[in-house]
Amino acid sequence: MSKTLVEKIWDAHVVKSEEGFPDILYIDTHLIHEVTSPQAFDGLRKRGLPVFRPKQTVATADHNVPTLNQLLPIKEELSRYQVDMLTKNCAEFGIELYGLGHPFQGIVHVIGPELGITLPGKTMVCGDSHTSTHGAFGAIAFGIGTSQVEQVFATQCLLQSKPKTMKIEVNGELGKGVGAKDIILYIIAKISAAGGTGYFIEYAGSAIESLSMEARMTICNMSIEMGARGGLIAPDQTTFDYIKGREFAPAGEEWDKALAYWKTLYSDADAKFDSVLTFNAADIAPMITYGTNPGMGMGIQEHIPATTAQPETEKVSYKKALDYMGFDDDSSLIGKPVDYVFIGSCTNSRIEDLREVASFVKDKRKADNVTVWIVPGSKQVEQQAKNEGLDKIFEAAGFQLREPGCSACLGMNEDKIPAGKYCVSTSNRNFEGRQGQNARTLLASPLTAAAAAVTGKITDVREMLEKVEG
Amino acid sequence: MKKFTKLTSAVVPLNIENIDTDQIIPARFLKATTREGFGENLFRDWRYNGDNTPKPEFVMNNPTYSGQILVAGKNFGCGSSREHAAWAIQDAGFDAVISSFFADIFKGNALNNGLLPIQVSDAFLAQIFKAVDNNPKSALEVDLEKQTVTIVETGAQESFEINPYKKSCLINGYDDIDFILNQKQLIEEFEQAR
Ligand code: SF4
Repeated sequence: MSKTLVEKIWDAHVVKSEEGFPDILYIDTHLIHEVTSPQAFDGLRKRGLPVFRPKQTVATADHNVPTLNQLLPIKEELSRYQVDMLTKNCAEFGIELYGLGHPFQGIVHVIGPELGITLPGKTMVCGDSHTSTHGAFGAIAFGIGTSQVEQVFATQCLLQSKPKTMKIEVNGELGKGVGAKDIILYIIAKISAAGGTGYFIEYAGSAIESLSMEARMTICNMSIEMGARGGLIAPDQTTFDYIKGREFAPAGEEWDKALAYWKTLYSDADAKFDSVLTFNAADIAPMITYGTNPGMGMGIQEHIPATTAQPETEKVSYKKALDYMGFDDDSSLIGKPVDYVFIGSCTNSRIEDLREVASFVKDKRKADNVTVWIVPGSKQVEQQAKNEGLDKIFEAAGFQLREPGCSACLGMNEDKIPAGKYCVSTSNRNFEGRQGQNARTLLASPLTAAAAAVTGKITDVREMLEKVEG
Repeated sequence: MKKFTKLTSAVVPLNIENIDTDQIIPARFLKATTREGFGENLFRDWRYNGDNTPKPEFVMNNPTYSGQILVAGKNFGCGSSREHAAWAIQDAGFDAVISSFFADIFKGNALNNGLLPIQVSDAFLAQIFKAVDNNPKSALEVDLEKQTVTIVETGAQESFEINPYKKSCLINGYDDIDFILNQKQLIEEFEQAR
């Protein structure tokens, strides 16, 4: 019988499937961080249980960590306590921890792939909604709540009903200055912040196939922003080349065996999806969001849709969002001054993102009215950026290269955007207060963020690229 | 886990769509390492000003509204996987949330904690909001066994879906871990067969 990629991986991990019950799904790899794990460890203690398969669990500290002077004790007491708890819990339950000071430390969704832990055909979970990132390798990866973290600790399994599947095809060639972040913001704007709920999404089509692994991760990362349970892309030569030689990737005979299996991981030609959507890459412009959910995005040259154009039931929420942002119906964002630029988060903090920004800002300087933070996704990304001399370019441009962590993506550490200020951010959520109380977030690609940093206002990066060439 | 069977209560109406988990419980309050106490900070930034004084216009600060049922607009609980959102709602005294659409992870988290997410049609949701508009004390009756929700005043009723396994968990107060642990041998066999 023909199967979709999701079905192939799912079926290979079903321990038990019984009518009327969710499947018992085996989890290959469990990633944890300091925020969503403490109550799960507590639960184990209350039940008197060990972690069933500690070797299949990997921990890092990312959400709370400072991005300056990481080796000093964390100033903020509650953050320090939470990070210390993780260290203590990992030691007690025998879990490998890449904590502060470790050369592998970083955002959980950045380190998994770069260490070769994330592999095609795996099932992976983490108490974090952006676990969908790992789907870029052709894995079933999704976010779970803390009760489920405890469940995986205790049993290495989850009770899950099989998701519906959706295929999103993006075909054709992307225009200049348009990247993976624009593709995903475009799709979310088209299908809304709830348009993928209940589905596992497979991204396909020539525009997706031509993307690097970093770019594919950016796309899968934001699957959750349309409500999807996860997103994935069939592994191909680009995937295999990326994985080969990484720290924990299979090697030698193991590699050959794994590769042979990975090559079977694609949706059969006549496999049935519950839903199929098709987009044309040439229609996509650099994107920017104007509201308080990631579905409220538009091409950077477009005007903010009018409240009157919204469905009746949505008008109040829509107006509330524009009021929060301080934007008017039918206005353009081009030329709007910004206060902060944040380049980071598990969406866009990998080495390729930093390279792209560096090559754009080389010999340019940031505008005086803007504060620019570049927060690498991991220690390894930070080190690589330094090895390539990107730090020098950033410094000359007035961009601050900080140490790895989630940082201003959710402002759990000290990196907060002040109330009322505008931040062009490469992260994934523009919710009210996400980057700090009353902070205003405009989601965009690293290039669009870099252009805002240099001009001090919302800018169509394509115009700047043309100038360079002309 | 807390058991749930039947509930009759007035409601707290929150007629806003796409309420995300950052609104339910902002990230800066996620630093606790226990499950208790999150209720205080439920909807923190809608409920309180920067100086911690309550915002009188927010429904939870209006003594006219009270009850164990939270009623919210479409796509409730979107955003992060933080189970703290379900804990906060429960800790603030709610036993059920009604909306015309729930985000997946939130729904799962709620069910895993004995907080019942009830998905009704857009039309029925509008009826509830209208009933509460007319009379803030208007009560709803939730019957999990029968899978129905009723507007007591008008008698209008709608049935809701729930996974039968999850339903029995709620009624009996047991959770997924209890269920899987009883099948550990199967898991070990699965591992060996790979
Ligand atoms: S970078 Fe942001 S979205 Fe990614 S894991 Fe950290 S907090 Fe979550």
